[in-house]
Amino acid sequence: MLRFMARRLVLLVPVALGILLVTFLIVRLIPGDPCIAMLGERATEAKCEEFKDRYGLNDNVFVQFGRYIGNMATGDFGESIRFSRPVADVIAERLPMTIELTIFAMLFSTSVGIFLGIISALKPNSFADTFTMILANIGVSMPVFWLGLMLAYFFALVMKDTPLYIPPSGRLSSSVTLVNLVKEWGMTDLTGIRRFVVYFISNSAITNSIITGNWATLKDALWHLILPSMAVGTIPLAIIARMTRSTLVEVMQQDYIRTARAKGVWERKVVSSHAMRNVMIPVITIIGIETGALLSGAVLTETVFALPGVGTMLVQSILSRDYPVVQGFTLIIAIIFVVINLLVDVSYAYLDPRVRLE
Amino acid sequence: MTTNVAILDVSKIKHTSPGREAMRRLFHHRSALTGMVILGLLILLAIFSEQIAPYSPTQLLRDVDRRSPPCIHILGCPADQPEHLFGIDGNSRDLLSRVIFGSRLSLQVGLSTVGFAIIIGGVIGAIAGFVGGWIDDFLMRIMDVLMAFPSLLLAIAIVSFLGTGLINALLAIGIVSIPRFARLVRSTVISIKELEYVVAARSIGATQGRLLFGHIIPNSLTPLIVQATLGIGTAILDAAALSFLGLGAEPPRPEWGLMLGEERNSIFNAPHLVFFPGVAIMLTVLGFNLLGDGLRDALDPRLRGTGAG
Repeated sequence: MLRFMARRLVLLVPVALGILLVTFLIVRLIPGDPCIAMLGERATEAKCEEFKDRYGLNDNVFVQFGRYIGNMATGDFGESIRFSRPVADVIAERLPMTIELTIFAMLFSTSVGIFLGIISALKPNSFADTFTMILANIGVSMPVFWLGLMLAYFFALVMKDTPLYIPPSGRLSSSVTLVNLVKEWGMTDLTGIRRFVVYFISNSAITNSIITGNWATLKDALWHLILPSMAVGTIPLAIIARMTRSTLVEVMQQDYIRTARAKGVWERKVVSSHAMRNVMIPVITIIGIETGALLSGAVLTETVFALPGVGTMLVQSILSRDYPVVQGFTLIIAIIFVVINLLVDVSYAYLDPRVRLE
Repeated sequence: MTTNVAILDVSKIKHTSPGREAMRRLFHHRSALTGMVILGLLILLAIFSEQIAPYSPTQLLRDVDRRSPPCIHILGCPADQPEHLFGIDGNSRDLLSRVIFGSRLSLQVGLSTVGFAIIIGGVIGAIAGFVGGWIDDFLMRIMDVLMAFPSLLLAIAIVSFLGTGLINALLAIGIVSIPRFARLVRSTVISIKELEYVVAARSIGATQGRLLFGHIIPNSLTPLIVQATLGIGTAILDAAALSFLGLGAEPPRPEWGLMLGEERNSIFNAPHLVFFPGVAIMLTVLGFNLLGDGLRDALDPRLRGTGAG
């Protein structure tokens, strides 16, 4: 297992370098002078000279790329043009929202998806099966932002004045605020990765309210996450349901299932321990593949629900040509995506001994 | 000794070619049939937009209230008011006409991006698979890096330096779709190039080009057709997403994603403006997905019933 993980980590190096190269090039490939592209209207002759000096744009490309890697490794993502503050701070402010949304959407899609898949597989061609599979087909074809808007309409307007009312936008209700943990703990002058982590924890509504024991805030934060998570999770849910169903149908015809039944194992246990362990292998692969869809979905859904996350910031930064922010966010999302895929591979190896021995 | 062996009457066996057999399976496949009906209607809608749509997609109507809900006579809308099946949008245009004209754009978007990705990805994959060695390694590492980004986010990043606009959005979506096709073609080419008929062709002195274009590529088309059909659906969704964010098509183009994005703030007072373009996107993508699933079952019996992807 350790050898397997080591090999996977080594294989990650070229991909990580490639990701860095792509994000490095994104800014270099902008047509025109990088100084004007980066500084926009503030670009004067003198400012440009200073800018080029500061970012070492007069050195050759390889030296620049080397320095870029060094900066990224120490958590220095440059400075936002629009906000005149470190990109790392902007990321620490916006990333928690997107991570929370992605995690909740993933929990929603895997739990409901696997459940629906099992129901369909155990009674193939029943009403529940047909219904789930039609739903799954529609689910994969829906634009996530449209689903989000429809959910907002239904739960915030149609369900208004009922207990099912769910707020359609915002991170927290306007009466609720978060304690600024960074100030509380007197950690305003931290630098590097530690600064990032502390800001991240402070800015995440969920970790913040848990640490401060503020349960009303936690409840409010979770309440506001319901609709976005449902919207983001639906497409992966449909795919996971389909995958679970087809794999389970196949697994249930295997010899070892018949053997288990012949031994007199309860049907429920046959499904839950003998069959599901084998079903989980392809399902986990699908979950890994769908992480990309979840992250993209989170970016789109934030716009719909007016959530202060990576997506809304990314779009604003593109429209206002704040390239350092675009670069930083693209990089961080790619890193998250790669790390999740690594975790998927590891759990894959854990579930299936054959993968480890390869 | 009596012969009990049934004699096979060869003349009575109906001859079916593999192609015809595949077509038969396709037309007996419930979801493929549904997909073909949806896409058939969509293509008709796109070709005859001018004849079907009651108004021009950019025509500003007078004597109508902005964002007024659908007016359908048989459902009780007063006969003295003009009929607008999908209602009026925020610029007092007929929404139905805009949705109808949007079908053109969305088919163009899907076909052009996937066409681009297939050509570039197919060439990369074929070279990598056929030549092998360090060229294969090099090309596939590039594809790995592109795959390391969630596709829509990479498309957003590409748009950020190309600049916003429909053409740039399509280019970005095309680029991020390349790795999928490159990998597919590469793996098919690798599995086919060792098959006996290819080895046979090589042994009688066929040139490299003839091997690749005459034997390998024609035989690797099946998975490509399936992937392309499914890819069109994804491309349409991604393009709609970019337009929704304001990074793709510009107003007043009747693009479904853009129509949704422009009216997303009126969801509570004019939900029809969000509802209809979204349904149009969904049906189109559903059509391609159903057809793709059906094609996979019909063209490649080995994959039948796996439901993967």
